Formats: sequence, structure tokens, C-alpha cells
Amino acid sequence: MKRLMEALLATVIAGVPAIAQTDAAEIKFDSVANALQLPAGLYLGEVGGVATNSHGDIFVYTRTGHPTITIGTARPFAHGGSRLFQFDPNGKFVREIGKDSYGFMFAAQVRVDPNDNIWVVDQMTNMVIKFDPQRRVSMLLGRKEESVRVPARPPSGNGAGQPTDLFDRPTDVAWDAAGNIFVADGLGNARIAKFDKDGKFVKSWGKRGTGPGEFANVRSIAVDAQGDVYAADGGNRRIQVFDNDGNLKTAFTNVGNAQALCMTKGPNPVLYVSNSNPPDDIDLDGEIYKMRLDGTITGKFGRAGKLPKEFGTVNAIDCRNGNTLYVGEIGNLRVQKLVLH
Amino acid sequence: MKRMMSSVVLVVLAAGSAFAQRKATIENVHDIPFSPVPNLLKLPPGEYLGEAVAVATNSKGHIFVYHRSANTRLFEFDQAGNFLKEIGSGYYGFEFAHSVRVDKDDNIWTVDEGTNMVTKFSPDGKVLMVLGRRPPAVLGVQAAPPGPNLPSQKYIFCRPTDVGWDPQGNIFVSDGYCNNRVVKYDKNGRFLAQAGSEKAGKALGEFNLPHGLQVDGQGNVWVADRTNSRYQVLDNNLKPIREITNLGVGWTMCISQGPHQYAFFSNSNPNGNMPGTWDITGEIYKAELDGTVIGKFGHPGKLAPGFQVVHMLDCRNPNEVIVGEIESWRVQKLIFQPTTAKAGSAQ
Repeated sequence: MKRLMEALLATVIAGVPAIAQTDAAEIKFDSVANALQLPAGLYLGEVGGVATNSHGDIFVYTRTGHPTITIGTARPFAHGGSRLFQFDPNGKFVREIGKDSYGFMFAAQVRVDPNDNIWVVDQMTNMVIKFDPQRRVSMLLGRKEESVRVPARPPSGNGAGQPTDLFDRPTDVAWDAAGNIFVADGLGNARIAKFDKDGKFVKSWGKRGTGPGEFANVRSIAVDAQGDVYAADGGNRRIQVFDNDGNLKTAFTNVGNAQALCMTKGPNPVLYVSNSNPPDDIDLDGEIYKMRLDGTITGKFGRAGKLPKEFGTVNAIDCRNGNTLYVGEIGNLRVQKLVLH
Repeated sequence: MKRMMSSVVLVVLAAGSAFAQRKATIENVHDIPFSPVPNLLKLPPGEYLGEAVAVATNSKGHIFVYHRSANTRLFEFDQAGNFLKEIGSGYYGFEFAHSVRVDKDDNIWTVDEGTNMVTKFSPDGKVLMVLGRRPPAVLGVQAAPPGPNLPSQKYIFCRPTDVGWDPQGNIFVSDGYCNNRVVKYDKNGRFLAQAGSEKAGKALGEFNLPHGLQVDGQGNVWVADRTNSRYQVLDNNLKPIREITNLGVGWTMCISQGPHQYAFFSNSNPNGNMPGTWDITGEIYKAELDGTVIGKFGHPGKLAPGFQVVHMLDCRNPNEVIVGEIESWRVQKLIFQPTTAKAGSAQ
């Protein structure tokens, strides 16, 4: 039976061309001007993550740059390079969270859980940091390497990682209804790691590869009400869907370089998926798809570029409010607020 | 011993090319007198300029200085040199300044060779557009790969040097130290064309360290082709028109505004102040766009109004030239009486 399932899956995967579905209906939309108002002298860098809480507050985790390596010591130590900003629902700057945090170096993602905890994923300190709604650090996954390697080491291993919370360039975090934590891990590793709600390691699955259940990378994840895990395997130009224990259920190969996922809340959820353009090219890809959870695309919008309503390597989508989206871009150092019609 | 000597000779030769200098071959160019403005910029107490590699003015005469202090920073001064504000403090695209220019709408563009980013700021200092991408820090400290330059890419720069615009708003970038090309984008930042490539070359339309760039009112693109010791003029589609080889090293240049445009070319004295360099370099030439050289001014020196490696010129008003220098951490303003005397021809 298992073998039959695998064969069926292989057929499904092979039967669908691994290209973005270009004939999807265009969704009309607008970009709200000056959606975020930064104080004078404060700038966004590459936006790793953008997310809202239940009050509509907006959190942006951004690569502001200038990580510092201290020289002249026995080992080189590194710190700095990313910052977490909070804005009110009107986009007015409220505060910085985690200023000079030990765990902030290269922003990967920020997400807000159903209890308004703010979760930050950092690709360089390899940490997932949970802030409670009062912005206190309430749980940590992963540990920053004590010192940096100079020169940097090349990637190694098969990406399966270890049975623990030691990550290698994690990219995203999500939760099921029971509060279990799923970490997309990520770009150095190529696996999904599952932890219980208290942060105890449960299991992980996946390794680097192109076969079913393998990943070129895990760019983003989302979990539906049943606990199924949707993993954006951008490098293989597909989304793979697993059950809550990591068994592969299906794959969608119609969305191109899936780099950012967002699943709406409530009944009849939909997925927004960015076919993000590579950071070195704005002449291909770039559109965002709206799809049902069975993989059927119901529309698309946008394209790669530098103008409003164009996208520069989307790395984050917030879709808490149905047809109002926040989109974080790497290429254009900005967050756009989009209203879909 | 002989082998050791030849290695020493090689080292010396290599060092010589790194401090490239070239005596201008044009002759009988008369000196244009000027009045220096002493202590032009008034910095707030406790603030300092670093290497003042980039300077530009906007339509109000405000002076923008993009300089290498401990952190690369962008300062705005009013036309009298009073400090107004800092733009881009801590900004992602600032690491090692190379150029600042102001477009016809007073947007401020920075070119940073440490982040490989070209950034368009609105007149009030908001980021409007970025070109290029900073190498991601998460990849760690990477040694520059030995061997030839990597293939050039449409949207990624390698130590870019300067930016300019034609009257239609198309964007031109000189790129740079580890590419050897000029790239044209439309006003929305989409790639249109390039001249040159990652490879250095000597033919027309090829470059060896394109170090400065300006676009004239006809849309022709002027490139300071530094290591080739020349300037090249390209048409708007980047086809070469001509070269100018008699004005010394092609370090940087500027073209004035208005219906009658003048060009200024700097045969900057090389970094390091090697023996003899002060005698044959350091002057700036003023010319008509047809190549007629009007005169020259300036000479190397540690003290104002001497020049210490002029890195950038602003000549929005051709009778008020502002000069940014590397080794003196200084910006100078030179006032000229309008003149029409002619001496030779740029060739």
C-alpha cells in the first residue's frame, strides 16, 4: 500500500509540469502608499519577515546591515545586522523590539501565533526566538554559534540535520492547533523539524534532494486546521504537503519558485504563494498566486520589478485580514500593503 | 639571488600600476585663475568627514557629501556650507562610499562600492529605488575568488563607481572595479543594455576600471576610463563615439548644467603621493563638449587650495566647482570668473 502511494505520488509529481501556471486569472489590486511610516533616520533593509497580530499591529524583521565582527580576540565574534520593528495598525512606528539582541543577525522571518506571541527566525544565528505579547523572550530554539568562521565554511552534509534544535539557516516557523511548533530548516539544512508546544524535539524529516519528501531548500511553511504541513520547496519549484507526522501527502508544482507562503485563517482557508524572482533578476517570475488547499490556483497578481505593485523577491506574506496583505521584499527594501479587489 | 631580484622588480612594477599616473600630453593649456572658498563646510562639533570621495549639489545649491568615516555617511549642507542633516544613517546600502549625484528632480543617488548598491533617495531622504544587491552577510566572510572576474549580471554590480541619467530619465551606471562595463536601465530600473563586460579591454566600448560617468544634454554618456588613461564618449545606446586620450588619467569628470554645457576632467594625483607624482598630475581641465580645452587649474598639495587625490567634481554651475578629495578628507569650492579663452583640443 505504501509503495502504491509512492508510485501514485510520483505520477502526480511527474505529471504536472514544474512551471508556474501562467494562465491563471489576474486579481486586480492596489498598493497602499506609505503603508509604514518610519521615523526620520530609520531605514528598512532587506525585509525578511512581516506579520500582524490580532490587534492589527505590524511587525517587521529586517536586515538593516552592518553586522560587526570583533577582531583582535582569540576568536572572531559577530553581532548585529538585523532589527525588529513594531508599527500600529495605521503603519505608524511604535517601537523597536529586541534591540541589540544576541539572536538578531540576518532576518529570515517573523510570525505571530494565535496567542499573539511574536516569533522571530534568524538565518545567521540559527535561532528561533519567541517573544510573548509583552515582548519578553519566552522561549528559544537553537543556539548561535559562539564565534564566526573566517573564511566562511562551505555548506556540508545532506541537510537532514540532527535530532535536536540545532538549525542551519532556518527560514520559517508555524504551529498546529495543538501548539506543536514546526521549523523550516531551511537553506543550510533541508528539513522540517517538529517540536511540542514546550519546545521539546519530536522529530524531523526531509533531506537535500529532488525526490518525494526531499527538499532543495525549505523556504516557508504553513499548517492548516487539520495539522497538515505545507512546505515551500522553492529550489524544486514546488510545495510539498505532509501530514502532521511528516508523511508526504501531495505536491503542488504549479507555482514556480515558492518562497513565501501564507494561509488565511477561519473557514475556507486559501494559500497565498509567492513565485519570487531571484534577487539578481527582475525579468522573470515575481507574481503571487492565490490557491485553494487542494492546489487549485484561483488567481494571481503582480510581477517582479521596482515600482509599487511590483515585487522584488518577496520573502514574506501576511494574510491575516483576507484581502489585505502585507508583503515583505528583499530586493526593494520595503513592505507593501496590498488590497485585493 | 637573481630570482629574488626579479621578484622584487615584479613587485615594484605591480605597485607602479596600482598607483597609475599619466602626464597629460596636451600642451600649452593656460591656467584659469580661481578664488578658493576657505573652510567651506561647517560641521557640528564632534563631527568629522572621512575620505570625501563624493560631493554633489542640488538645484538649491545644497551640498551633499558622501564620505568614508568610521561608517560611510551622507551629509547635507546648505549652499553656504552650514550642516543641515544626515541622510541614511545606518542604511543597509552604505558601507564604502564611492559616488553621490543629484538628478534633475533633486533625488539623491548614492553609489556604494562596499555594498554594490546604487540607491535613489527622495529629496527628503526616503529610499525610492535600489539597484544591485548587497552580498548577504549570512554567507559569511568570503575571500575574493582568485582568477578572472565572474561573468557580469544584469542586476548585480561588482564595486560600482558612478551613476548618471539622460533627459528621459534612463539610468546609467559605471561598474566598476571588478566588472568593466557601463549599464543602462530604464527609469524604472529595468535593464536595457551594457557596454563592456566583466573583462577589461582597450578597444573603444571596452573599459579598464570605468571610474566616473556623466550624461550630457544630448543623452551621450561620458565615461572616465581610468586604467586606460582616457575618457570615452558613448551614444545613448552605449555605442562608442570617440575617446579622449590627452588629458592624463581618466579619474573623474563632470558636465555642467544649462544650455551651454562644459566638461571638467580631473587628472588626479594618484593615492600615495609617490615621488614625482606632484610634478606631472593633479590638474583639472575645463573643456567645451566638442573637445575644445578652455584651460586648466589646480595642483597637488596637502594644504588648500592644493588637491589631494580629487575623487569627484560638482560643476552644476561651471563657475563654482566643488571638489571632493580622498586623502585630505576635504571638500573645496573654487570660484571662477567666466572665461572664453581657448588653448587646445581634447583628443
